[in-house]
Amino acid sequence: MFNYTFQWNQALARLPQMLDGALVTMQIAILSMAIGVLLAILLTGCRLSGIRVLQGFAVTWVEIARNTPALFQIYMAHFGVASFGIHFSPFTSLLIGITFNNAGYLAENFRGALKAISDTQSRAGRSLGMTPVQAFRYIVLPQMLRIAYLPMTNQMVWAILMTSLGVTVGMNSDLYGVTQDLNALTFRTFELFAIAAVIFYVITKVIGLGARLLATRLFRY
Amino acid sequence: MIKIENVRKSFGQLEVLKGIDLTVEKGEVLTIIGGSGSGKSTLLTCINGLEPIDAGRITVDGTVVHDKSTDLNKLRRKLGIVFQQFNAFPHLTVLENVMLAPRKVLKQSRAEAEAMAIKQLGHVGLGDKVDVYPSRLSGGQQQRMAIARALAMSPGYMLFDEVTSALDPQLVGEVLDTLRLLASEGMTMICVTHEMKFAREVSDRVAFFHKGVMAEIAPPEKLFGAPEDPELQKFLAATH
Ligand SMILES: Nc1ncnc2c1ncn2[C@@H]1O[C@H](COP(=O)(O)OP(=O)(O)O)[C@@H](O)[C@H]1O
Ligand SMILES: [Mg+2]
Repeated sequence: MFNYTFQWNQALARLPQMLDGALVTMQIAILSMAIGVLLAILLTGCRLSGIRVLQGFAVTWVEIARNTPALFQIYMAHFGVASFGIHFSPFTSLLIGITFNNAGYLAENFRGALKAISDTQSRAGRSLGMTPVQAFRYIVLPQMLRIAYLPMTNQMVWAILMTSLGVTVGMNSDLYGVTQDLNALTFRTFELFAIAAVIFYVITKVIGLGARLLATRLFRY
Repeated sequence: MIKIENVRKSFGQLEVLKGIDLTVEKGEVLTIIGGSGSGKSTLLTCINGLEPIDAGRITVDGTVVHDKSTDLNKLRRKLGIVFQQFNAFPHLTVLENVMLAPRKVLKQSRAEAEAMAIKQLGHVGLGDKVDVYPSRLSGGQQQRMAIARALAMSPGYMLFDEVTSALDPQLVGEVLDTLRLLASEGMTMICVTHEMKFAREVSDRVAFFHKGVMAEIAPPEKLFGAPEDPELQKFLAATH
């Protein structure tokens, strides 16, 4: 029954390759968050704009991002668009899929954060002669980002974990993809995936810690 | 000069301003008193164009506030307004609070904006608080910061909407002193207030609002000494 012999050395010998994969995973997560935050700010702007088409666009985005599997979103960004003759590399598709998901979730977090900021704040800005966009940019946005900081950190962790879905679109250079290929090569299934899990764990913990350190620098009030 | 001509304003079914006529000359200090819900705040927010009006006309130095072609952002530089809520920007230091609009709206250089901010903060007695975040300030200090923030735009007019109403009683005095100082320097001011003693002291004229109507307007000696309107008489009797 239980006759699996652990061979950690064989798996650990592959650690450098896996760490290279981890770098790709972090690269995707960081990029997808950076772009995701910008898009989420734009989506928030759309929602606040009072323009129906823009509001509808933002709501649709947020609804799809939050109410369909991330796997589906990544799949659509690869095989879905391929139906229309658009061909992205697995890396690009994975990045687009995760970014789409990030933006949707973050936009919803931002909406919640905005509820905690009194209307009188932007009114005070308008009274000083600022345009609505200036009042948003300089008064509301910084406060919003602070309130949404913790959810943003969580989303960053999600982005890391979501990269594992890349294998479904042929991604093989990220941590999960590398691990899967190594497994096919060596059949050290448990050892390889256990090591991958530890690396995922360490990355997400480091992100959490880094975020907290950054917060003390960013938010002094 | 701020000229208000037959201004009407409704929120849904409720008519809040029922034909207001009022002119404020350069250098004048006008205070507005009246019960809660009589339309005082609404009038101030109509003057700076934060609220649209339904009829009539408001002009500031000849510019029609509610004209489609009027650049309201530009007009508002002339009209400093301070509200009952302090509206400090919590993520900015006191200095940054005051510098923000001059930097972004007037496109002043950092040095220019900073010099002006320090001057105005000194003016309201906050010279030693420039690098502090607003959460560290008392209500009275936050309100004085809001005044300095408005003054840093070099407005021609200052509108004050019950700026002491949200303050603990012991902090009211310091804010009123700041208003007195501005009045003595010749600033054109419209002050909505419940502080009758203050109104009596600083005003050139006092207006009494009742249910969307300006029921009486007169110099303070006359308005407080010999009120004619029966509602004003009741109001004054109740506040003493
Ligand atoms: N944005 C608004 N929407 C609906 N009603 C409002 C609004 N602002 C003020 N009102 C109503 O208009 C009336 C006058 O309000 P306001 O001008 O604030 O009075 P005051 O400042 O004299 O107390 C009140 O009955 C108030 O409830
Ligand atoms: Mg009011």
